[in-house]
Amino acid sequence: MPPIAPSSPHFHSGKSVGATMRTVLYALAPGIAIYIALFGWGVLFNIAIAGGVALLCEIAVLKMRDKNVAHALADYSALLTAVLLALSLPPLAPWWLPALGAMFAIIIAKHLYGGLGYNPFNPAMIGYVVLLISFPKQMIAWPAPEALWQQSLSFGEIWQVVFASHLPAADAITMATPLDTLKTQLRLDKTVAGITGANPLFGALGGTGWEWVNLAFLLGGGWMLYRRIINWHIPVAMLAGLALMAGIFHLIDPERFAGPLFHLFSGAAMLGAFFIATDPITASTTDKGRLVYGCGIGILVYIIRTWGGYPDGVAFAVLLMNLAAPTIDYYTQPRVFGHGRDQ
Amino acid sequence: MSPATAFRKLFRFHGGLHLPEYKDLSTAVSVEAAPVPKRLIVPTQQHIGVAAKPMVAVGDYVFKGQKIARAPNLISAPVHAPSSGTVVEIGEHPVPHPSGLNAQCIIIETDGKDVWIEQRRQTRDCRDIPPDELRELIRISGIVGLGGAGFPSYIKLSPASSRVVETLILNGAECEPYITCDDMLMRTRPEEIVQGIHIMLHALHARECVIAIEDNKPEAIDAMRAAVKEYGNEHISVLAIPTLYPGGGEKQLIKVVTGKEVPYNKLPLDVRVVCHNVATAAAVYRAISRGEPLISRYITITGDVGQPRNLEVRIGTPIRELLEYCAVPVHDLSAIIMGGPMMGFSLSNLDVPAIKTTNCLLALRTAPRPQPQTYPCIRCSACADVCPINLLPQQLYWYAHSRNFDKIQDFSLFDCIECGCCDYVCPSQIPLVQYFRFAKTEIWAQDEEKKKAEIARQRHEFRLQRQEREKAERAERHKQKAAALQDEQPTAEDTARKAAIQAALERAKAKQATAESTPDADNP
Repeated sequence: MPPIAPSSPHFHSGKSVGATMRTVLYALAPGIAIYIALFGWGVLFNIAIAGGVALLCEIAVLKMRDKNVAHALADYSALLTAVLLALSLPPLAPWWLPALGAMFAIIIAKHLYGGLGYNPFNPAMIGYVVLLISFPKQMIAWPAPEALWQQSLSFGEIWQVVFASHLPAADAITMATPLDTLKTQLRLDKTVAGITGANPLFGALGGTGWEWVNLAFLLGGGWMLYRRIINWHIPVAMLAGLALMAGIFHLIDPERFAGPLFHLFSGAAMLGAFFIATDPITASTTDKGRLVYGCGIGILVYIIRTWGGYPDGVAFAVLLMNLAAPTIDYYTQPRVFGHGRDQ
Repeated sequence: MSPATAFRKLFRFHGGLHLPEYKDLSTAVSVEAAPVPKRLIVPTQQHIGVAAKPMVAVGDYVFKGQKIARAPNLISAPVHAPSSGTVVEIGEHPVPHPSGLNAQCIIIETDGKDVWIEQRRQTRDCRDIPPDELRELIRISGIVGLGGAGFPSYIKLSPASSRVVETLILNGAECEPYITCDDMLMRTRPEEIVQGIHIMLHALHARECVIAIEDNKPEAIDAMRAAVKEYGNEHISVLAIPTLYPGGGEKQLIKVVTGKEVPYNKLPLDVRVVCHNVATAAAVYRAISRGEPLISRYITITGDVGQPRNLEVRIGTPIRELLEYCAVPVHDLSAIIMGGPMMGFSLSNLDVPAIKTTNCLLALRTAPRPQPQTYPCIRCSACADVCPINLLPQQLYWYAHSRNFDKIQDFSLFDCIECGCCDYVCPSQIPLVQYFRFAKTEIWAQDEEKKKAEIARQRHEFRLQRQEREKAERAERHKQKAAALQDEQPTAEDTARKAAIQAALERAKAKQATAESTPDADNP
């Protein structure tokens, strides 16, 4: 007689956490490719260092926690966290920056809270914020897109920059990001048109180079939507919230506030909307809640970008809304079939 | 075209799944009757409600269609002999139930003659029979819902006095993968279904009937449309509904067809709808028009079998014989599931019989779900996205896992229909439905405990009260006695005795006083 199968349902879709995370990694590929093409091999160094350190930390902690290492590693979550962190770092950062960030993200932000599924805050963003607060100088030393300095560093030269802190070349090519430039120049009472018109740092949509990176992440995000890896609610709500805020203030005073397009295609807007805010573990889980959650992030990003102390605000906005997610979930429970209508 | 068959707005329920269908497997060959087995194992409980009471004894000869167990009360259904033969045993036998427990069965050794019982009714036009009598005939024919639940059908054909039934929905959705018994019934006996509808509409005083069929069964839809054209009227229509699991669930189907949601803890009748399975309609027709009780049904035998097919099976046929008849390689299989892959249960014993609610036997060679090593919930809420009830399975799981049985009920655990959609899509492969079943049974057990404790508490309190009362009564009695004594006049004898006691007391006192004043004398 055949043994008793477990209780129903007897079939499964075959979906797995590992496959889901892998799909997200694939969806990041076009963005990463454009990023490397425009900002050089430094991006890849960040990914490799953060990825390696994250995996080592993951293995170490899993061993300490007496978990099945091979099984847990197959979920690809540590790698995804590392890649998202690496994409938030300046491409010519010294090696210890991604290493420290990945370590903090995996050990403190993920495993000390109970590991996969139990962390209340997005580990990649915790790693990023820790670095931003601890090492502000290194964290805002962003190279300009290679197109603007018409010279690219060879692989070897980048090796020197990253591992030997051999920085002369890096110093020469480092300049403020478009978001940063806009903010500091506006403080000098210049107009938006005056700042963006004359500066090669600004492109047609957002910052030069940055707009392409954002478009590529938008593409990857669209593919994830198509594959139903993510729901539309969070990215759409976040971008809508950001665009709405930018639109309102741009209408009020176009000289002092950049328009929605600039905000949508600058900084980490698309990466944040499709890849960071959608992290299921730390986001809101109800449909209505996701709209509130996404919209909240969009509004906070705009507020931090415009009036805050940091050039971009995606990380802080995401972490703040992580904090609010359980409450949002509680107040946005869907109406259960047959309950509370016509009664 | 009649108004009923004209365009009808369809509604949708939340979530649902497009599952692989595997229905073509078993619709390729025509339905035939399975042979009558040597031994029929007929459980006395094949329905929701109270088990029927055997009314035959071991050694009795029974005819095909003879009632062998009667319904002891109104929520029950009688059982009839599926073929002629001799009753050889009445006792506990394995029955198809997820628990794998035994239950009372009447075992008949068939004689191969398959002789009908004599007093079969003459064919009558149902419209001449008053609804009350129709219901009684349906009741004594042992007809229960053939869609799966097995609720006695005559009850669902009684219109509530205060409410008019607007729509009778005939459920031909058959939304689970693999199962095709209703599909084949609609293809082969559509006129019986339509005749059954006439009877049901008459019994219910219902205005219209919608036969709802998922649009992955075009042959069944065509057959039913043709039959409605020939035997139906303008109040009966065939409706193709989108294929979406679990669209055949009663409440989901009512929502799709009428847009109405049956409120929690209410019945379809409360929204003026009644829902019956297509096979039930055909059984009703046979019972009323031909006087045949429910003794056989269509069953799909499919999966990893040589020739998947549908058979018309006598109730009580052992599953093993059905599988052998279909040349199923039993020893190569890893599971045999009764019902569909989403809601059916795995059989632990092949000697169990097919019963009135058995719709499908699914044989699987490879373990359908090799015990997966699950991952933690990543709160992706894929489960919530597909839940047809709009629950939050990830929250339910959280509270089931932590045994927080109060909180889990706040999240409407008992609305869960265990359709398995959440489980099917969970990327962490958490057996969610098992958790929900566990939580439900725990809560039932706790409620039972609470009830018992409550009874014990009441008893205890009653006892305390009684003791209190008895004490009070006793005190009252004493008081009355004392009062009575006081009321009595003291006699001379009493006075003398009292005086003597008084004198003795005084003497003792004096003696004591002397003793205390001269301690040394006593204690040198």
